[in-house]
Amino acid sequence: MTNPAPSILPGLGLRQRFPLLALILERFVLSLVLLFAVSILIFGGLEALPGDFATTYLGQSATPQAVANIRQDLGLNRPVTTRYVEWLGNAVQGDFGTSWASKNSVSEQIGKRLGNSLFLAGFAAVISVPLAVGLGMLSVHFRNRLPDKIINVISLAAISLPEFFIGYLLILFFAVNLGMATFPATVYDSMGFGERLKAIALPTATLVLVVLAHMMRMTRAAILSVMSSAYMETAELKGLSAFRAIVKHAAPNALAPIINVIALNLAYLVVGVVVVEVVFVYPGMGQYMVDAVTVRDMPVVQACGLIFAAVYIFLNMTADILAIIANPRLRHPR
Amino acid sequence: MRLRDIPITAWIGMAGIAIAFIFAIFAPWLAPYGETQVVGDVWQLPDNQYIFGLDNLGRDILSRLIYGARTTLLVSSAATVISFSLGIILSFTAAVSRGIIDTVFSRFNDLMMSIPTLIFALVVLAVLPQNIVVLILVMAILDSTRVYRLGRAVALDVAVMEFVEAAKLRGEGKLWIIFREILPNTLSPLLAEFGLRFAFSILFLSTLSFLGLGIQPPAADWGGMVKDNKDGIIFGISAALVPGTAIAVLAVCVNLVVDWLLKRTSSLKGGRGDA
Repeated sequence: MTNPAPSILPGLGLRQRFPLLALILERFVLSLVLLFAVSILIFGGLEALPGDFATTYLGQSATPQAVANIRQDLGLNRPVTTRYVEWLGNAVQGDFGTSWASKNSVSEQIGKRLGNSLFLAGFAAVISVPLAVGLGMLSVHFRNRLPDKIINVISLAAISLPEFFIGYLLILFFAVNLGMATFPATVYDSMGFGERLKAIALPTATLVLVVLAHMMRMTRAAILSVMSSAYMETAELKGLSAFRAIVKHAAPNALAPIINVIALNLAYLVVGVVVVEVVFVYPGMGQYMVDAVTVRDMPVVQACGLIFAAVYIFLNMTADILAIIANPRLRHPR
Repeated sequence: MRLRDIPITAWIGMAGIAIAFIFAIFAPWLAPYGETQVVGDVWQLPDNQYIFGLDNLGRDILSRLIYGARTTLLVSSAATVISFSLGIILSFTAAVSRGIIDTVFSRFNDLMMSIPTLIFALVVLAVLPQNIVVLILVMAILDSTRVYRLGRAVALDVAVMEFVEAAKLRGEGKLWIIFREILPNTLSPLLAEFGLRFAFSILFLSTLSFLGLGIQPPAADWGGMVKDNKDGIIFGISAALVPGTAIAVLAVCVNLVVDWLLKRTSSLKGGRGDA
């Protein structure tokens, strides 16, 4: 995505020669700054808050000496800034230190689990995005008639359901009663692709159901706001067929908001994965993080927090960049 | 506004919320058994005596559901009220003051919002002591970022109106402008947002409790009850689905009311679309 070659040119020349590229680069740099700020927030925030691993680890009756020893072992008695710079420097190189609880390398664990999580979320995205956009268009087409109302009521209900409820409902129905799917959704390295798909069928279905309603409602709103604009009325009044009006006039303008909706929901998937992984005992990042939070294993929590935030920021950045490309008006801010 | 204009769906929603609050307030009188009282076998199936059956420790699910309404509603209402007050006050201050205050508040808000809420909550709850006050405050502060964004947007629309300028020119203070000029004119969208945030709070609290980071046992709480009974699912025991249904029904009820409020807001603005 970054093209380092043009950045050697002086800033002004770059902006004039490649306005689009300059804008994209600007957005990219902004994301990096944001990520840096987030890393400070995650690390510094945890330092500033009360609570201490050593005391939690040893319990309330710990002697001051034992607490001091643990702090010494973990290097907690050094200044915050030193530890932050060290942590960030290592994190950039892919080293997140060792877990306090299990003494294992955090990066190694994350390396295994991140792939699993992305596989699950990616698979859910592949199914839910076309389905949501299609259903959204369908509901605009039948606007205020029966299909639209049915879709509306169902999606309202789906938004209100917690992820774990959908998950357990699916487990009870498909895995326990019908025996069609497997639970828990364990995956391991030697598993074939087909087996893997079968294992993640239920978690994927849960994630799809969770984001589908959101995405569909937002797609519907985005298309409707385009459809009710003045130029669509003009197109209708000058006698264009509905199909032509939609393809030539509505679609290009609805593209940017729909891209935004999709990216927003992909970001939502990243978070939804946490709960779904816990429900289905799926070996991914989310479960790793929740387990670490329960035992207050800071290096793991910080690493997972940073990675989740990075994915989230990256998706939002992609959405912005795609929106800039799709909508020429954004290239020339007034 | 007349009562007749309120759609039937909104009435259903309001009735559901009212019932939940009645259960929460009068829990000790309405619940047949105690909150932590063991009355029978583990995962005893529903019968005439125990309508929803017994849970993983042999406690009456109906009673725990009623007591759980108390915890769930108390925590999520408190979090919503605090997050709303915080978000509105900060966003209106930013919108009225503009300049450096606006920039600092808004950039910090952007920074907070660049981390997903659940992830942020997990990170913060990893260090903080686990008690109900901390939980309410964490939920409130994280949620106030969303309120801030909406509050600033609607307040900026109103802040540029002539009557606000007139108030400024006749020398009213910031507090007067915020509470007497801007707040009454932004009440309708904010009310809808309040409902939305409340529904989100209920779901968020349930999720945290489900992950074991919210309300701590043995106190009853709907999300925590799902967690307690989740192992029964594999044996085909649906005890975990009862509190799950309660969460879903309550959230649907809140959303029904919000839907009506949102429609009312958009028709007040005289919008062309019905989105």
